Amino acid sequence: MKYTKLNSIHKKLNAKLVEFAGFQMPVYYTSIVEEHLSVRNGVGVFDVSHMGEIFISGKDALNFVQKVTINDASKLKSGKAQYSAMCYENGGIVDDLLVYLFEQEFMLVVNASNKDKDLKWLLQNKFGDVFIDDKSDDYTLIAVQGPKSAETLKNLVEIDINNLKYYSFEITKVGGVDAIVSRTGYTGELGYEIYLTGDEATAEKVWNAIFEEGKKFDIKACGLGARDNLRLEMAYCLYGNDINENTNPLEAGLEWITKLDKEGFIGKDALMKIKQAGIKRKLLGFELIEKGIPRHGNEIFYDSIKIGFVTSGTLSPFLNKPIGLGYFNVNFIDESKLFEIDNRGKRLKAKLTKTPFVQK
Amino acid sequence: MTIPADLKFTRDHEWVKVEGNIGTVGITDFAQSELGDIVFVDLKKTLTEIKKGEVFGTVEAVKTVADLYAPISGKIIEFNTNLESAAEVVNKDPYGEGWMIKIEIANPAELDELLDANSYKELIGA
Repeated sequence: MKYTKLNSIHKKLNAKLVEFAGFQMPVYYTSIVEEHLSVRNGVGVFDVSHMGEIFISGKDALNFVQKVTINDASKLKSGKAQYSAMCYENGGIVDDLLVYLFEQEFMLVVNASNKDKDLKWLLQNKFGDVFIDDKSDDYTLIAVQGPKSAETLKNLVEIDINNLKYYSFEITKVGGVDAIVSRTGYTGELGYEIYLTGDEATAEKVWNAIFEEGKKFDIKACGLGARDNLRLEMAYCLYGNDINENTNPLEAGLEWITKLDKEGFIGKDALMKIKQAGIKRKLLGFELIEKGIPRHGNEIFYDSIKIGFVTSGTLSPFLNKPIGLGYFNVNFIDESKLFEIDNRGKRLKAKLTKTPFVQK
Repeated sequence: MTIPADLKFTRDHEWVKVEGNIGTVGITDFAQSELGDIVFVDLKKTLTEIKKGEVFGTVEAVKTVADLYAPISGKIIEFNTNLESAAEVVNKDPYGEGWMIKIEIANPAELDELLDANSYKELIGA
């Protein structure tokens, strides 16, 4: 088992800890719902240090990133980040990730559960003058999210936090510690992700400084449970749930990051063919119109015809209604019709709904 | 973690409180904390009799769902219908307001097969 540098803080806070992607991580501290609402209404802080940070440098760094990712990294300016994905030759998704550009060097922020696989994939496809450096173990990643996040960080950073634009980052100090502050997140709220290196004491110093500043906003430590529900309310994909090696970005609603006009990236030919032929299923949002919670793997029926399956589901803490994402056979997509979710033998009535579920 | 000394427990984390020939059943403090925020308690209200080990309902938490198993056999004489609109009570007061069903005990010998507070404490490593 691996431990993040904030592990003793989680233990002190009496977090409910579970193993996730090989790390001991907090699912919740007090309550998923309470933590969730603190992010929607105030400010919440997540330890997401389990995420992987892989650095790509060398003369061919840009060409390499262009080859292995589906978004157009040539559009990135230094100090900007981009949501992207890596695909296999057949169009299936290796991982979704953030691509950061520091001058000539890229940082790929990948899912913890995929990090080893990603690294192998990168090495396998490496060419020319490219250096791949996995610095995941060096980095602590703290996400500060919610409408009060800017005010919480304002006095801790040596930049004007309000000038930092969405998907931009700056190298600065947070509470006196060198850090990268990035205006990104997985919650749909105003929020920042803080990358820092150093030992446990350094990570704790930053964490504690954030909590000191956030006290007046009733800041809360938030676990992976709240993180999952917050992203689901925004209909953001979660690798392993909504996307995986058997799904492609076009059917997953990630066409906006799939730059088919970009030259020769891995998976391009397959994705072009899929697009020409038309996708067969589509990841869509739905809500139940009765009591229950849709769960990952539940099958979706229209009368007796199986038309899809659920990839994520929860009781939305913000909307207080059961919501979910699922793949639907495109021939049966009809907003005006009810369909049924088979939840452990019980048929629950549902209807398609616009995403994000929570409008921001 | 609260484990009241006067209750009996199952390995599936239900508790029984025995008063005369009536057993009140719920889930333990450990169970509610493992489940996290409980959002629905779905009791099978069509049941009139139940056998030890049979499912009498499900409890849905934000992250997971769990079946509820009868710790003893007998006639079900009451369901806690308050839980239909206030499932979170199971988190807040698992041994009190969060009770789920009352069973008229058919076979008192079954009570001896349940765990006492000390054995349950050992089971959950508390």
